[in-house]
Amino acid sequence: MATTATGIEAAARRRPARFAEFARRNPTMLAGLVIIAAMAAVAIASPLIAPHPLAINPIDRLKPPSAAHPFGTDMLGRDIFARTVHGGRISLLVGFSVAALTTVFGTAIGLVAGYLRRLDAFVMRVMDGLMAVPGILLAIAFMAIASASVMNVVVAIAIAEVPRMVRLVRSVVLTIREQPYIEAAVSIGTRTPKLILRHILPNTIAPMTVQATYVCASAMITEAILSFLGAGTPPEIPSWGNIMAEGREFFELTPWIILFPGLFLAATVLAVNLVGDGLRDTLDPRIARRM
Amino acid sequence: MYAYVLRRLLATIPVMAVVAVFVFLLLHLAPGDPAAIIAGDYAQPADIARIRTELGLDQPIYVQFWRWLWSLLHGDLGVSIFSGLPVTRLIAQRLQPTLAIASGTIVMAVMIAVPLGVIAAWKAGSWIDRLIMVFAVLGFSIPVFVIGYIFIYAFAIALPLFPVEGYAPIERGIGPFLHTIFLPCFVLAILYAALLARITRASMLEILTEDYIRTAHAKGLSSRTVLVTHALRNAAVPIATVIGIGVALLLGGVVVTESVFNIPGLGRLTVDAILHRDYPVIQGLILVFSLIYVVVNLLIDLSYAVFDPRIRY
Repeated sequence: MATTATGIEAAARRRPARFAEFARRNPTMLAGLVIIAAMAAVAIASPLIAPHPLAINPIDRLKPPSAAHPFGTDMLGRDIFARTVHGGRISLLVGFSVAALTTVFGTAIGLVAGYLRRLDAFVMRVMDGLMAVPGILLAIAFMAIASASVMNVVVAIAIAEVPRMVRLVRSVVLTIREQPYIEAAVSIGTRTPKLILRHILPNTIAPMTVQATYVCASAMITEAILSFLGAGTPPEIPSWGNIMAEGREFFELTPWIILFPGLFLAATVLAVNLVGDGLRDTLDPRIARRM
Repeated sequence: MYAYVLRRLLATIPVMAVVAVFVFLLLHLAPGDPAAIIAGDYAQPADIARIRTELGLDQPIYVQFWRWLWSLLHGDLGVSIFSGLPVTRLIAQRLQPTLAIASGTIVMAVMIAVPLGVIAAWKAGSWIDRLIMVFAVLGFSIPVFVIGYIFIYAFAIALPLFPVEGYAPIERGIGPFLHTIFLPCFVLAILYAALLARITRASMLEILTEDYIRTAHAKGLSSRTVLVTHALRNAAVPIATVIGIGVALLLGGVVVTESVFNIPGLGRLTVDAILHRDYPVIQGLILVFSLIYVVVNLLIDLSYAVFDPRIRY
């Protein structure tokens, strides 16, 4: 017991030192994490910070930023600050959901394609075909047949992102499967599912995590673009893309309607990209040299 | 050489086949009756029935696919539901601005990104390298339409150097044409250059550690000669590859940029087609955009031999 207690104490004493070391080595990654945490906190607390993102106030139409409306108002007199604060919810939700969905499906397909050679050629031709369609158009095409909802936006963007994840995971599997320890595992009679999950999957985690952060960043931008083009999140939901879409008509008069949500979106995407770069450098120095 | 070109050409067939199947299935995977989707929200049952027989939607799905593929191979992409015009004609009318912006962007992005990437690699770790990499991450993180509006505000409203929107076809003279496409190209080039600068820096960093670079320096060649003729030439193949992969990103960006600058190209056609749920047009556009991607990447693959004489097909 005593040894465990001292062990924990020692770990606790080491922790600040380790944090300082981490901060010194990855200042940009730390900045990214802080921005994401702040955005997430604002998004979660948005009902408290700004309770009425949908409140219409026709007297205060298209007002420039002021004390009452720090980010100004739109053509219905809605407070851009309140809407921007709420908009973070959609962007973060879409970003992280797409990253999760892409990782699950991309990894599953990539593992199977990389390990089972019979399926490989077919699966990869399908992925090549999907990659030939620009991601935004693939998502647009999906949204054109599906009804406008946040869930469909997530699915649409994930469909466009999966092929790249498949390629990545497959390329890792192809190098791992030639390793002697895989041969050893096969020779002692390890079954294929166990072989894939126990011996191959763990090797894909580092590059997969890095790719997932980039997917998250690109998904947030794609959501904004889809909403901006009128093929994304339903217009009544104040997502950053929707707020900006509504600001287009009056842009010359009221640039703040596009500028403020645009800044929030750019800051969030930048933060996720910085974390991605940091993860890449930490987890896999070999990719760091290649990128 | 010819054998390689032929093989590479044949390899594009399965890719386009997958795209074609996807585009065909798009309408049929949609929940609900395709005829009802095409007819729109306010259609009478009689209209839906008429559309179903007109478009052959009452046939078995494989019959529909073969018919569709057959007309596709004859260059027939169907008829727009909204305007009643052939999709091929609609696309042909709108092709020029899109190709002009896409190629203008590639040229501009290469002119921005390659020098930046070379300098960043040469001065790796210095403040100038950091600054260039900050630009590269930023360019990737700001949505294209936000950059677009900021630039319109800066260079068309506050400082009226360029038109706020619109497009002058090349037939109206090269001056007005360049004047209208400069700003859209520049906006898109920032995104594309961010991608290219990263890959240029990375490839150069790898090459600069090679023995022959040290030899070149030891011979007393100027840094400039070593960088440009010894290092950059060898970095050309990975850079060209990323230019090709980036075309998918670029074409997506063109759709958005045309919409910001109100340019009547394929991007505007796409946005209008979504708003009207004009499926034949959307299908045609996806095929055309994918074809552009495939052709550009084919040309880039074939160009490797120009950059690197060691590559023989």
